[in-house]
Amino acid sequence: MKVLMLGWELPPYNSGGLGVASYNLCKALSENGNIDIEFILPYNADHNINFMKITPAINQSFKSLKKSGIAYDSFSYIDDQGNVKWLNIFDQQEIFENAVSRLVEDLSFDILHAHDWLTFKAALRVKQKRNIPLILHVHSIESDRSGNHRGNPMVMEIEYNALNMADRIIAVSNYTKNKIIEDYQVPADRIEVVHNKINPYEFYDDLQENIYKGLSKYKEYGYKIVTSIGRLTIQKGLPNLLHAFKLVLEKNPKTLLFIVGSGEQYRELLDLAAYLNIGQNVIFADFQRGKNYRDAFSIGDLFVMPSVSEPFGITALEAIGYNSPALISKQSGAAEVIKNFLKVDFWDINEMANQISAVIRYPDLHDELLNNAKIEFHNLSWNDSATQVHNLYKEHAVA
Amino acid sequence: MNNKSIVLYLHVHQPFRVKHYTVFDIENDHNYFNSRADNDTNNEKIIHKVAEKSYLPTNAKLMQIINENPEFRLSMSISGTVLEQLEMWHPEALKSFQDLVATGKVEIVGETYYHSLAFFYSRDEFERQIDQHKKIVQRLFNQSPKVLRNTELAYNNELAMWADEHGYDGILAEGWDPILGWRSPNYVYKPINTSNIKLLMKNYKLSDDIAFRFGDHNWSEWPLTADKFSHWMSEDQNATNINLFMDYETFGEHQWEHSGIFDFLEHLPKEWLKTSGHDFKTISEAIDEYDVKDVIDMPYTVTWADTERDLSAWLGNSMQVNAINSLYFLEKDILNSSDQELINDWRKLQTSDHFYYMCTKWFNDGDIHAYFSAYDTPYEAYTNFMNSFQDLRLRLIKLGFLS
Repeated sequence: MKVLMLGWELPPYNSGGLGVASYNLCKALSENGNIDIEFILPYNADHNINFMKITPAINQSFKSLKKSGIAYDSFSYIDDQGNVKWLNIFDQQEIFENAVSRLVEDLSFDILHAHDWLTFKAALRVKQKRNIPLILHVHSIESDRSGNHRGNPMVMEIEYNALNMADRIIAVSNYTKNKIIEDYQVPADRIEVVHNKINPYEFYDDLQENIYKGLSKYKEYGYKIVTSIGRLTIQKGLPNLLHAFKLVLEKNPKTLLFIVGSGEQYRELLDLAAYLNIGQNVIFADFQRGKNYRDAFSIGDLFVMPSVSEPFGITALEAIGYNSPALISKQSGAAEVIKNFLKVDFWDINEMANQISAVIRYPDLHDELLNNAKIEFHNLSWNDSATQVHNLYKEHAVA
Repeated sequence: MNNKSIVLYLHVHQPFRVKHYTVFDIENDHNYFNSRADNDTNNEKIIHKVAEKSYLPTNAKLMQIINENPEFRLSMSISGTVLEQLEMWHPEALKSFQDLVATGKVEIVGETYYHSLAFFYSRDEFERQIDQHKKIVQRLFNQSPKVLRNTELAYNNELAMWADEHGYDGILAEGWDPILGWRSPNYVYKPINTSNIKLLMKNYKLSDDIAFRFGDHNWSEWPLTADKFSHWMSEDQNATNINLFMDYETFGEHQWEHSGIFDFLEHLPKEWLKTSGHDFKTISEAIDEYDVKDVIDMPYTVTWADTERDLSAWLGNSMQVNAINSLYFLEKDILNSSDQELINDWRKLQTSDHFYYMCTKWFNDGDIHAYFSAYDTPYEAYTNFMNSFQDLRLRLIKLGFLS
C-alpha cells in the first residue's frame, strides 16, 4: 500500500512534538505494516531517514520556513526584525499547496494522510484533483494553540472545511476528539483516536554526569528541582506555574524551577518571575536537544506540564522515560495513556502548589508515582498505534 | 440428621475520612476530618447516606425477622469510629442498632475502637483501643464482648494467643484454603498454642455469594433465591456451623435495594428454618454448642481482603508503610502530652481505611472500579494524610515534645 503523507516538520528540524509524533508513526508503519510512505515537507533538508521517501515540495531551507512561522504559532508571526506579520504563514501555505498539487501529478498512491492545519489546504486540493481517500491527523487545533481562546478565524475556517471534508480524522486523544466535535461539529464516528506513544527502548539511563552541573550542586545542598519543558507560548500555561511556584517557595524555600524552551512568551515570563520576586529561584534555559534535553528531565524531582489545553503532551511521557514523575494539567491527552500522573486543573494555582509541595516533601510519593508510571510506560509502543492507523488505511483504500 | 446453624456476622464501620488538606493548611487548620465538600470526604454526608440506604432499612428488616422468627440470631461488630459518628450525626440510626441489640438476639463482637492495625505496630496501643471499644459497647449496648475480631479480620497465631490470655471465648478469621487445606470452614476450630479460645472461620464462598455476587446479572447463579441458597448450605451433610461473615453495608449499600437483597434477607430464615435441626446461633452459642474439630495454625497474617488475603492492600507500597510508621513513631510523645484532642486525632489517623486509600495495586492493574476510595487517586489520599500528619506533629512539638 502506498501512502502520501503531508507534513510540516520532521526531526531534527522540528520545533515540538508534531515532528516527533509524525516521525515515530511513519517509522512504525513502514517497519511493521509493509507500507510505502512518501512524506512531503515544505523545506529541503537531510533528515537521515531511510524507512520512507522524503520529498521537499519547495526548495527552501528549514531556516527560511521557520522565519515565516512555525507549525504551532498560528495566531501571530514574527519576522527577523521582530515585526508581527500575519500573511507569511498563509503565503507559505499557498506555496506549499501549489507545489504539492504539481508534485502529485506524477505520483500514484492509495491514501492521503495529512498532519495538522498547515497541510490541510494542500490535502483538500489533492483530494479534489485525484479523489484519493483523505485522512487528516489532528495533533492540535486552533483553540488549543490559542490557549482556549477562539484563535485565528482564518485558521479556524481552514480547519472547519478540511475536517468536514475528510474521509476520516485521527485525533491524538479523546480530549482532542471532543474538542474537534465541539469546535467543528464533526460527527463523532468519523473521528478515530490514535494516541501518541513513545518507544520505551529508545530511553536509557544515562551513566554520564548530568550536563547541568550547577543544578546538581544545588541538589547536593538539599534543593529540589521542578522542571517544565516545552515551548514558551500561551497554550502551555506557564504563567500559572510561576504563580504556583511562588506559593511553593513560601513553604519550601529550597526549591528551584527550571524552565526549558523558547517562544514568544519568554520576556513575559521573565518579567513575571521578577515581578513575583521569585527570579532568584527560576532558571530559564533555551530550547534544547540531545543530552541537554534528556538531562533537563532527569535533573528534576518533578516535571510539570501546566498546559491550558494539551491535545497530547508527549513530554509528560518523556519525563517518565527520563526518570521524573509528572504533574500535568487535567486539560491534557497524555493522561489517557498513563494513569500514574498527578493531575490538576491548569487554573488551580493553589492545588498546583499543593501537589508540587507534596512531591518535594514526601520522597515516597515521588518514588511511588515514578515507579508505577514506569510500569505503564514500558507497556507503551508506537506499534499499537501504527496498527490502528493501518487498519484505517485498509478500511478506506480503494480495493 | 445433625443440627446445623447459620452463624451470621455483620461488620459495621465508617472511618473519619481526611479532607482535602493542603500544605497551606498546615499550622493554620487543625481539623482534618471536617470536610464540608460535596463529595465522599464529607463524613457527615456519608453517615446520612449510609444510614438512609443501609442502616435504617436493614435494622428494620432484621427487627421484623426477629419478631417473625424467634430462633433468629445474629452477631455484629460496630467500630468505635462509626458509633461516634452516629452519636453525633444520626441518633436515629444508632437507636435502631440499640433496639436490635436490646432484643437479646444480637451478640456484639469486640475489636479496636479505631478500626486500626495497631496489633501489628504497638501491642499497648492495641490493648488501649480494645478497651476503649469495650467501654463504648458497654455504654451504648450494655454488653461485654466475649468474641474478638481484628481489623479486616487480620489474624495470626499470636493474635489468637493474645485473645486467649485476655479471656475471650472466641475469635474470628478468614476460612482461607491454604490454611484449611482439605478441611471445611463449617466447624468450630481451636487456634494452635491456646487453652480455651475457639475459632470460627468465614465460609467465604457462601458469604461472597451474598456480599459480592448477589446482584451480578452475569453470574451463572443469578438470581439467587433464599431457597436455592438454603439448599446450598444444606449440602455439607456433616457441617455444624455455616459462617456467613460480611460487611453490614452489603445490605442496601453494596447490594442496592432494587437488587432484591432485603427480600432475600427476609426469606432466608424462613427457608432455612423449614428443615428440622436447622437454626441460627450467635458466635458464642455456636462455640458453646459444637465440638472442636481440629487445631488451626496460622503463623502468618491472613485477612479477608482481595485475592491475596494478606495486608498488601494496606501496607503494600512505600507510601503506606511510611505513613503508618510515621504515625506510630509519635506514640510515646503523643501519649505523654496528655492532650486528649491531639491523642484522638492521632488515633483517628490510625484507621485502616486511610492506608487502603493509598493502595496502588488496583490503580495500576487498570481496574479502577476496584478502587473504592473517597479520593481520585492514591497519591491524593497520601498527600492529604501526610499534610495532616505534619500538622499533628507540629502541634506535638509546640507542646514541648519530640524536640
